[in-house]
Amino acid sequence: MESNKHFLVGIFNDHDILISGVKKLRAEGVKIFEVYTPYPVHHLEHALGYKRSKMPVAAFFFGITGTILAILMQTLMLGVDWPMIIGGKPYIAYPDFVPVTFELTVLLASYGMGFTFFITRGLGPGAVPRMFDRRATDDKHVMAIDLSENKKSEDEIKALLESVSAEESYRKDFTDEENNPNFWKFLVDTMTNGVTSSSRQLN
Amino acid sequence: MASEIHDIDLNEKFHFSDKAKKTLFIILGLGVVSLVIGILVEMLGGGGHGEHASLLMGNDALASSEPGAAAEGHAFHWWNRLFVDMWINNVYFTGISLIGIFWVAIQYVASAGWSAGFKRVPEAFGAFLPVTGVLMLVVFVLASHDMFHWTHTDLYDKASAHFDKIINGKKGFFFIPGSEATPSIPFFYYLRMIFFFLGWMLFYNLIRKQSLLEDVNAGLVHYRKMVTLSGAFLVFFGLSSSMSAWDWVMSIDTHWFSTMFGWYVFASWFVSGLAAITLFLVLLKEAGFLSIVNENHLHDMGKFVFGFSIFWTYIWFSQYLLIYYANMPEETIYFYERLNSDIYSKYIFFNLIMNFFFPFLGLMTRDAKRKMTLLKIVCVVVLVGHWFDFFLMITPGTLKQNGGFGFMELGVTMIYLFGFLWVVLSNLAKQKLIAVNHPMLQESIHHTT
Repeated sequence: MESNKHFLVGIFNDHDILISGVKKLRAEGVKIFEVYTPYPVHHLEHALGYKRSKMPVAAFFFGITGTILAILMQTLMLGVDWPMIIGGKPYIAYPDFVPVTFELTVLLASYGMGFTFFITRGLGPGAVPRMFDRRATDDKHVMAIDLSENKKSEDEIKALLESVSAEESYRKDFTDEENNPNFWKFLVDTMTNGVTSSSRQLN
Repeated sequence: MASEIHDIDLNEKFHFSDKAKKTLFIILGLGVVSLVIGILVEMLGGGGHGEHASLLMGNDALASSEPGAAAEGHAFHWWNRLFVDMWINNVYFTGISLIGIFWVAIQYVASAGWSAGFKRVPEAFGAFLPVTGVLMLVVFVLASHDMFHWTHTDLYDKASAHFDKIINGKKGFFFIPGSEATPSIPFFYYLRMIFFFLGWMLFYNLIRKQSLLEDVNAGLVHYRKMVTLSGAFLVFFGLSSSMSAWDWVMSIDTHWFSTMFGWYVFASWFVSGLAAITLFLVLLKEAGFLSIVNENHLHDMGKFVFGFSIFWTYIWFSQYLLIYYANMPEETIYFYERLNSDIYSKYIFFNLIMNFFFPFLGLMTRDAKRKMTLLKIVCVVVLVGHWFDFFLMITPGTLKQNGGFGFMELGVTMIYLFGFLWVVLSNLAKQKLIAVNHPMLQESIHHTT
């Protein structure tokens, strides 16, 4: 069992204040766990210092797999396994193969990218979302700071959050159960009580 | 990312420098020399071609399905080739000029702000329309009988041996709709050509007038007028671009038709136009102008070139696949003439490599679209590639065995290029390079991708 995680949550009202706040906190040496926003905020990923995703490389390889698979499949099916003359063309007529090759390339690239994203982000099957503050799905930007990963004390970070005009800030502790959630319990809970039931902070 | 914002000079003007003029005159000079060499080669060496032409075509069962052309046995002269080269360039440069206006119109109708900073560049392309319009008319008056098989009036005469049922069915589209008579002048065809050019030039002048007035009077009045004008232009352009493609290109192969041809020509025009806009931005930036344009704008232009290269390939391949799959002789002749020819078959594959594989692989990554050197190379390749696309549409049907790419094609194209650059650059130098009172200029300055 992992020990309880202690977080400091900062709520921001405006995305420009959020970005300047993120920059200032990082400059002060505070490590930010994650920022949740109700809509995509441009430049937030630069402010947080995220590196560019390697997803396009994955997409390329998924796509090329689809291309090769489609060409091989059609050549073997129509050229070797069951040769048929269609429209007076040779058994292996590559122009005819182009639409299927295109479709399979797109199919594998998109599904491959989708699954890669879910798995690398820890959103695979059985994942339970960790909700810091449900207002992140409505009208507030929520910044989460993992206290165990920061050298600064809670009060110091809290003072810093106030200095960058965070609307409010509070400590949030996840219980053992929340840190190691039971997916089936979550599922039943969600189905009986609605989507946001897992967020305890109602404010 | 936006560290250069403070260096932007909003009041900059493009200066058509003597150095640029000198470069253009070098292009003109090389073009004239190339043209003269081409004419000499055709006059001295190409004489034999004409005699062999009918013989070669006699062997070719499918080529002789155009009975009029073979039976009448036009003697081939060097000026036939010159006129065809002029026609290719007329269609090509008309397209690029039109796409300049079309692109600006799309930005207005879509309320796009990111492009506001450099919209004067595509806007200036339209200034070349009067030149191609006049040249188009002149070439058609002088050389229509050599280029367009359907202009021969005996094809419509039931008593004549040359009577052609298929072409006779299309008579109304060329001459006078609904009339039995066949005048020697194709009135309806001329009417469309003049109407389209006048319409395009009218819209260009109206949009441009509003654009220049906006520089003087700030506010939304001119912007709103331009949105209305752009919408009207897009409707007119949608119809006229398709019909001009049938008129100027598809009617060369009179028996043949493709329902996708309007789109095909439009796709080719659009990619060439986008590549031309991008190339202008890169070259102007390299010359020290357009401080407002940064790699974010170039990135989006690169996406446009990349995306519409694929769009062109999609259209090209769809047209090819349907004809290949259906395998009907009256349709396959178009590709038979091009693929089963010693002269043209190599250009088909060249065309696909230049216009699909090169931009597709070259501009695939994000970094490639943000580097000026790579954008420059890809745009030049795409522009050359689409010139060859029009070459492949027009030459096989008009010159048949006497066609090909040589000094003459190169020369004529360089002279046209000189004209285009001269007209567009002098037009660009006339007003501020940046539309300072565009309501969405700030969005353009802060644009990031």
